[in-house]
Amino acid sequence: MNIWIAIGVTALGCYAVKLAGLLVPAGALEKPLVRRLAALLPVALLAALTAQQTFADGPALVLDARAAGLGAAAVALVLRAPFLLVVAAAVVVTAGVRAMGG
Amino acid sequence: MTASPTVRGVTQQTAVPDTNVPEKPDAAVVRDALGVGVAVGLSGFAFGVTSAGSGLTLLQTCALSLLVFTGASQFALVGALAAGGNPFTAAAGAFFLGVRNAFYGLRLSQLLALPRAVRPFAAQWVIDETTAVALAQPTRRAVRIGFTVTGLSLYVLWNLTTLLGALGAEAIGDTDAWGLDAAGPAVFLALLAPMLKTSTERAVAGLAVLLGLGLLPVLPAGVPVLVAALAAPVVLWAEGRRKGGAAGEEER
Repeated sequence: MNIWIAIGVTALGCYAVKLAGLLVPAGALEKPLVRRLAALLPVALLAALTAQQTFADGPALVLDARAAGLGAAAVALVLRAPFLLVVAAAVVVTAGVRAMGG
Repeated sequence: MTASPTVRGVTQQTAVPDTNVPEKPDAAVVRDALGVGVAVGLSGFAFGVTSAGSGLTLLQTCALSLLVFTGASQFALVGALAAGGNPFTAAAGAFFLGVRNAFYGLRLSQLLALPRAVRPFAAQWVIDETTAVALAQPTRRAVRIGFTVTGLSLYVLWNLTTLLGALGAEAIGDTDAWGLDAAGPAVFLALLAPMLKTSTERAVAGLAVLLGLGLLPVLPAGVPVLVAALAAPVVLWAEGRRKGGAAGEEER
């Protein structure tokens, strides 16, 4: 049930902001500071989420195979690999390290 | 979801010998749009696998792709739920990630010039990829074709691959053994990397990582991410102060 609540709230909220952009008169959100903040908000959230989903195990911080996987993804990104290849690199290296008992 | 394929599309487009009025054949717009739609649409696999691996049912996973349809928010939500966050903090993180779509909508609204009655239907497709393709087009007709073809192809494929990914994850059982729990963070990193253009973005990212990890042991699940979002206003504020303090000197 909790999961359906989360899905419902997220769906409504995400649709509302999409529609708001199309409906509000141009200029309402065009203040430079608001634009800057809107551009930086995803940077903060994505960085925190990347770190947490790599190093968190519940409330504890751990260093496990996922870190190696993320390192592989970073290398793939530096090499300008396509999106799916970046994800595949992380998955394969994580699985590999785990299979070797890491 | 990343917009990088479009960048290549744009360079191709400028290579076309242009006349005074930069016309672009409909077929070329459709080709660019399909390129992005298909490439990114395929990454629904990663979402379907991650979502099912996080413990969501097939129906819940598909509902997210159908109803939320903005990749980063979807990954964030299933990650937060898997970590044991309550539904509202989990939804809040996903929502804040989706706020950028409002700013895409602002730009698109001017370019598409849609009748008000059509906007509620177009709204679901206002995301990174459709915006990137639409903004790269030279005329209103091309903008509309680009937006529609990217939106339609991406929506159909993203939902189809979500379903297949979730089915696949259920078939193989323990997704962690296959390293599939690393797909989520890799997706976030791939989305983040092109955003780290200046020292401001890097400072925000660095502070957010510190807050997100540092607060993890002391705050309830899902809350540290929301606190980490404060890195954005904090860095902006610090930057404003530094510029204010160095007023007139204009160093760097």
